[in-house]
Amino acid sequence: MNDVAVSLTQAGEASTMVPITTGTIQIVLLVSAVMFAIGMVGFLTRRNMILMFLCTELMFQASAIAMIAFGRMHLNPEGQVFVIFILTVAAAEAALALGLVVLLYRRKPTLDAEAWSELKEC
Amino acid sequence: MLSAIAHTALANVAMAGGGDSSHGLPAGAPFGFQVPIPPVVDEQSFALAAWMIWLPVLSAVLCGIYAALGVKSRLPAWTTVAALAGSFVIATITVSKLDFASPVVVHLFDWIDISWSSGSGSAGDQWHGLRANFALYLDGLSAYWILFVTFLGTMIAFYASEYMEEDTGVGYCRFFAGVSIFLFAMTALVLGENLVMLYLGWEGVGLASYLLIGYYYKKPAAVAAAKKAFIMNRIGDLGLALGIYLIWLEYGSLEFGVLFAALQSGSTGAGQYDGWAATLIPWCLMLGAFGKSAQFPLYVWLPDAMEGPTPVSALIHAATMVTAGIYLIARTMPFFLMNKDLGGHALEAVAWIGGLTALLAATIAMAQYDIKRVMAYSTVSQLGYMFMGLGLATSFGACYHVLTHAFFKALLFLCCGAVMHGFGGQLDLRKLGGIRRIPGWGVVCGAMLVGSLWLSGIPGTAGYFSKDEILAQAFISEGAGFRFLGWIGILTAGLTAYYTFRVWFRIFTGPTHFKPEESHAHDSHAGHAGMDGQEDHDFHPHAPGLRIKLVLTVLSLGAIWLAIGYFVGDVWGTQAWIKNAIMHSSAGTGLQLMPAGEHPTLFGFEPHTAMYFISGTFGLVGLSIAYWLHCANRKAADDLRAWLIGRRWIAWLPRAMEHKWYVDEIYIATIRFPLWIVSQALYMFDRVFVDGIGVNGTARLPKLAASLFQPLYNGKLQGYATSMAGGLALVIAWVVWVWMRGSV
Repeated sequence: MNDVAVSLTQAGEASTMVPITTGTIQIVLLVSAVMFAIGMVGFLTRRNMILMFLCTELMFQASAIAMIAFGRMHLNPEGQVFVIFILTVAAAEAALALGLVVLLYRRKPTLDAEAWSELKEC
Repeated sequence: MLSAIAHTALANVAMAGGGDSSHGLPAGAPFGFQVPIPPVVDEQSFALAAWMIWLPVLSAVLCGIYAALGVKSRLPAWTTVAALAGSFVIATITVSKLDFASPVVVHLFDWIDISWSSGSGSAGDQWHGLRANFALYLDGLSAYWILFVTFLGTMIAFYASEYMEEDTGVGYCRFFAGVSIFLFAMTALVLGENLVMLYLGWEGVGLASYLLIGYYYKKPAAVAAAKKAFIMNRIGDLGLALGIYLIWLEYGSLEFGVLFAALQSGSTGAGQYDGWAATLIPWCLMLGAFGKSAQFPLYVWLPDAMEGPTPVSALIHAATMVTAGIYLIARTMPFFLMNKDLGGHALEAVAWIGGLTALLAATIAMAQYDIKRVMAYSTVSQLGYMFMGLGLATSFGACYHVLTHAFFKALLFLCCGAVMHGFGGQLDLRKLGGIRRIPGWGVVCGAMLVGSLWLSGIPGTAGYFSKDEILAQAFISEGAGFRFLGWIGILTAGLTAYYTFRVWFRIFTGPTHFKPEESHAHDSHAGHAGMDGQEDHDFHPHAPGLRIKLVLTVLSLGAIWLAIGYFVGDVWGTQAWIKNAIMHSSAGTGLQLMPAGEHPTLFGFEPHTAMYFISGTFGLVGLSIAYWLHCANRKAADDLRAWLIGRRWIAWLPRAMEHKWYVDEIYIATIRFPLWIVSQALYMFDRVFVDGIGVNGTARLPKLAASLFQPLYNGKLQGYATSMAGGLALVIAWVVWVWMRGSV
């Protein structure tokens, strides 16, 4: 771990970056895991499509936090870059998903996901 | 290059055979052909002969184009008549140039030409080849046949141009296209230079026959008759096909010139097999001939074929196509003779089946009321005579009878057609009478009288001479029971005279009465309404027109000319010409069966002389009985029938004859019904096992598998998410477990 920091320092890049301690990273990862679990439980228990969508966003951001933590741990900026991409995609996806929800709501005036189960087999 | 080698091999065989025969085979040479079959000469000066076969093709194509263009005029008829007349003229020119002693091959184009070697490609390999060029084989037999085929084709097409006039339009085009196809196929059959071309024509005439029998395709009986004819012919065709395969296996070639040369030299040519096939070939060919020429087991299609238009019955089912079987056996006579030399009985079988068919069909004809059916059974009977002649080894008698029969039977059919045409499709001889006295019917009456006399074999007619050639031969040739067969033939001659004149007397003499066919089923005459079953006054028969009368006159004169030609043979040369033509062809080798030296005698006379009196007497007796029962004293005929039906011990006879000896019923019981049972069983097997278990069972397997997993897809988003999460958890657990174990 130190070798990586040294090599980066020698290259003159991210010279200000200092590895964080193992305790700090554990806390951040714990936050991420808790967020993910909340999101998943929310997704599995709620029937409201907007809430389910919010839960998926929650899971998304939990993985983004984990990625920032690992990037910081490895002194690798790619983790943060990735998060920027994830945020962009999430924004686009949010627009799309909410649009879909609006369309579905126009068909049937409900937000219950159960109302759209006729596509199942038989 | 490979095929060139094979051809050289075949040509060597041909040359070897040809060389032998040009030196003249001594009697007792291989297979003992007394009259050598002349070798083939390839002539360039006969190029015109190709048009004999192309003109009908051209006409068929043109008729098809007319149909597509919607021609409503008589153009198809004139096209066909012109093409067939052209064929006849070319045939006449060709035959006049032909020297029967040297058959000519006219090459049209290369058709089938394949060869292969059985070895590794070295010089000593044995080469096999199958060569069947589209070429014409002109010898006495084919020249003889093609002359009357094209002549009668022209005449009958001319007749049909008037007869079929109600159908002007697409039907008219279809009819004449069919006639043209028929003539093309018949020409290929007769003139073909090899057995493959003969087979092409053989199937072609079968197709044309099917198309034309089923001409009134809206009538179920016609469709059924067409199918029956086609299927019965298939049985015979199978025999012919097998015969051709065996010939190829045995002799390695299918070209007549090569085959005859090989047969004469006693070698088996380039064939691969030896011996066993030689005894089998004639039986296969015989089956083919019996199918096409309507002999005993396979004759039942011909009477039903009368559902077709009458010109078709006259041309195809009386005069030309049904003689194809005679032609086949006459053409392949050397195979039959070799079979006889090897101790086989193929020729005797031909004679006996022919003779028995003649008798059987004559008895049926005696009791039919439909005049076309009478003529159809008469055709079967006369064809039986011809086969008898072939089997008795008088190819000349058989072929001569083919010619006379073609003329008088075409004449009879065309007369029947004129009657049917004029009387609203009526064919029942009980419902017609005294037509002689209706104005305009004199020509038909006279022509039919000529035809009937000729068919009956009344002394002095052509039919009498040609039939006597065959009957007398039965008392000359050596063979199993040929004397008895001769008497069967003589009895049949008497029956023939009876049934022929029964028709003529019933229709043309006595009080005039007629009524049209109730349904107008045969030929629809929309103009003649009124069918209340009585002598109705709305119905007016219309006498035949000029073209029908002209054709009837020409054919009558032709028949008379054939008879005159017999008397003044040296002047007109008809009979001598025919004899010359047949004797120089492959059929002529039949002469060898005549015992050398003194002929056996019959009642102290030479058989031909004796037969003039015997068959003449039988014919006249038959005619007299017909006169008594059907002209002078018609009540006697009814009384006789009532008397026969009333007697228990004899009642079966008239009933059986009226029901055609129940042959159709026997076929239904012995062949159609078992076949139906078997096909039902197979159908059930197919439904239950093949379709049910095999196909649908296989298809049900994936469905079954799907039904196991289908409940997983319940359409609830949370369900899917749960299974995803559960799956993820399992994967993580597995990874952790592996990691833990690996680290320990």
